[in-house]
Amino acid sequence: MSQLPATADAPRRTASELRGFRELLVNLTLREVRGKYKRTVLGQGWSLLNPVAAMLIFTAVFGLLLRIKVPAGSPSGVDIFALWLVCGLLPWNFLTSAMTGGMGALVGNANLIKKVYFPREVLVAATVLSWDVSFAFELGVLAAALMIFGAFVLPWLPVAAVFVVLLTAFALGLGLALSVANVYFRDTTHFMNILLQIWFYATPVVYPMSYVTEAARKLDQKGFRPFGHHFPLEFIYRLNPMERFVNCFRATLYDNRWPALADSLYAAAAAAASLLIGYAVFRRYEGRLAEEL
Amino acid sequence: MSSESAVVVDDVSKRFRLYSERNQSLKAALMRHGRARYEEFWAVREVSLEIKQGATYGLVGENGSGKSTLLKCIAKILRPDRGTIRTTGKLAALLELGSGFHPELSGRENVFLNGSILGLSKRELTSRFDEIVGFAGLEQFIDQPVKNYSSGMYVRLGFSVAINVDPDVLLVDEVLAVGDAVFQRRCQEKFSEFRRAGKTVVVVSHAMETVRTMCDEVAWLEHGRLLRTGRPDEVVDAYVDEGREDREVSSEQAESRWGSGEVRLSAVQLIGPAGQPTTHVRTGDPVTIRLHYLARKRIAQPVFGLAMESLEGVYVWAHNTRDAQWVPDAIEGTGSVDLTIDRLMLQPGTFDLTASVVTYDTTHAYDFLRRCLRFDVDHGTPRESGGLVALGGRWGFSPPTVLVVAATETTDGTS
Repeated sequence: MSQLPATADAPRRTASELRGFRELLVNLTLREVRGKYKRTVLGQGWSLLNPVAAMLIFTAVFGLLLRIKVPAGSPSGVDIFALWLVCGLLPWNFLTSAMTGGMGALVGNANLIKKVYFPREVLVAATVLSWDVSFAFELGVLAAALMIFGAFVLPWLPVAAVFVVLLTAFALGLGLALSVANVYFRDTTHFMNILLQIWFYATPVVYPMSYVTEAARKLDQKGFRPFGHHFPLEFIYRLNPMERFVNCFRATLYDNRWPALADSLYAAAAAAASLLIGYAVFRRYEGRLAEEL
Repeated sequence: MSSESAVVVDDVSKRFRLYSERNQSLKAALMRHGRARYEEFWAVREVSLEIKQGATYGLVGENGSGKSTLLKCIAKILRPDRGTIRTTGKLAALLELGSGFHPELSGRENVFLNGSILGLSKRELTSRFDEIVGFAGLEQFIDQPVKNYSSGMYVRLGFSVAINVDPDVLLVDEVLAVGDAVFQRRCQEKFSEFRRAGKTVVVVSHAMETVRTMCDEVAWLEHGRLLRTGRPDEVVDAYVDEGREDREVSSEQAESRWGSGEVRLSAVQLIGPAGQPTTHVRTGDPVTIRLHYLARKRIAQPVFGLAMESLEGVYVWAHNTRDAQWVPDAIEGTGSVDLTIDRLMLQPGTFDLTASVVTYDTTHAYDFLRRCLRFDVDHGTPRESGGLVALGGRWGFSPPTVLVVAATETTDGTS
């Protein structure tokens, strides 16, 4: 027998609730995964087709037309723009899909929230996890491609998996906070679409960080020194947690080496902060969900 | 808090926001420096009640009285703004059935999904799966996507999963009215089983007869406040008395009217025990039905008639002056005739009167008013269990059986 108080304060999660939580999470994730490509001709193939299309477009525009130079993988020796690109593109795609998916999870399940009680954060978590399934699938194909082109990526996959977990936590935290924001303000989605575009180009996914360093150097040369100081373009760039995540994924997958410690710690800290703040926001506002939906 | 209470509601209040300017856009919010203007509305105010383990507890009240809100607070779907609710044991709510189903997934997948939303483990679901599907009667269709289900199948599967959660406390909001007659009976049986097993049931219902017969205790809510709690017959009677509106009396209300018009029935009245026209009486009351007429010329041997139907259209009773062998020689001008009933032996319900005045051979209608007076009957004396009529029967042990035995022996002897 458990005593479950439902009070004005957020109720504590009891042990039995947490036990059921895991099973529910698995089931809801399966629902998302199965429902996503059900009744489509290609099925799970769609999860590959989208990144392949993006890879082809970006390779054509940035690799062939704009001739962006990327460093060869060291020590892997791989020197293919498309592969270099995809090593950063897949984590980025995962973040946007998981975050926007998580953001819509509460509004999309309004009928459930209004009729049944269960821990609501499971909905957001299940959506994020369902994108993890796609992400893992895509990374598997990427790993195979990297091996074909000579990278010995196999031993580095467990390291990449750690960053998948960290990135999942990062996306989950953002998704939790945004999901409640989306209940109160339905145009959050539109704002996020714009923000995500800015964020995408602010993250070195389609160009290497060396271009930013170069741009900062040129600014300096041209005498752009606000307040008499060197303009900290690189520093600002490196505040972006996604820059660190992309670095870590490229280091493990493309270069086959340990990512920089600073990058790893920064990514881990960003993931922890996002999750803590996101969950706190969620718990703060989840009380009136059933009424506001 | 006593150890045997299943649910303790302690001074609970729930506030809703009524938005005068609903503003769900961030853009508008930023521009206006405020989210939205709203008024507060207390749907539930300072309600305290205790539901004992094993009790079937009814919540009654008009629409908007806060009973469903209170039920949702108990179900933890809504969070009260003040006060606390404690529940003991596993809780399941039958609010909207099948609401967690994913249309593209099969019935089987949905049973497991919905079951886990309701808190069942995979092991429990596997062991109860056949029972769930059997109860819903969907063995043939269980591997079809639920989007191909009819709404009845959908609801049946939803109910079946929910009821098989095997909760200690079951919350029900008017969902007994789902499915066909067979399924409804099965639901009723399941509820009885539940109550026999000592589980607690909390019901929100407008079906007063169900509440009266099913519940052990009833709470009456009005405008979010708890008006009274107590035994179902007392509370439900008080609630029904309070909620009754006196019907307007007018012969113009007849559903249809025909006749040649030499005699017109200008009014049909039901005179209650107080001697005043009314539309509300109790079982066993002395009543009079008064027919006011206006005869434009002298009419010989008119026959006045009355008939009664229940709200559902069941023909309950009829009587006319010819069959009663009371036929006036002639009428002219205005006047009225009375049908006096010493004890109105009708069960509680709503009834419609049809009145007529016809020629002696009943082939020609002077005036015929179909369903011209509707009246309500409430519980009175005798109080019997159900149906349309009260027979005033008395229960007791049969008289000594000696005579019967003797008669049998005699019969044996002669044969």
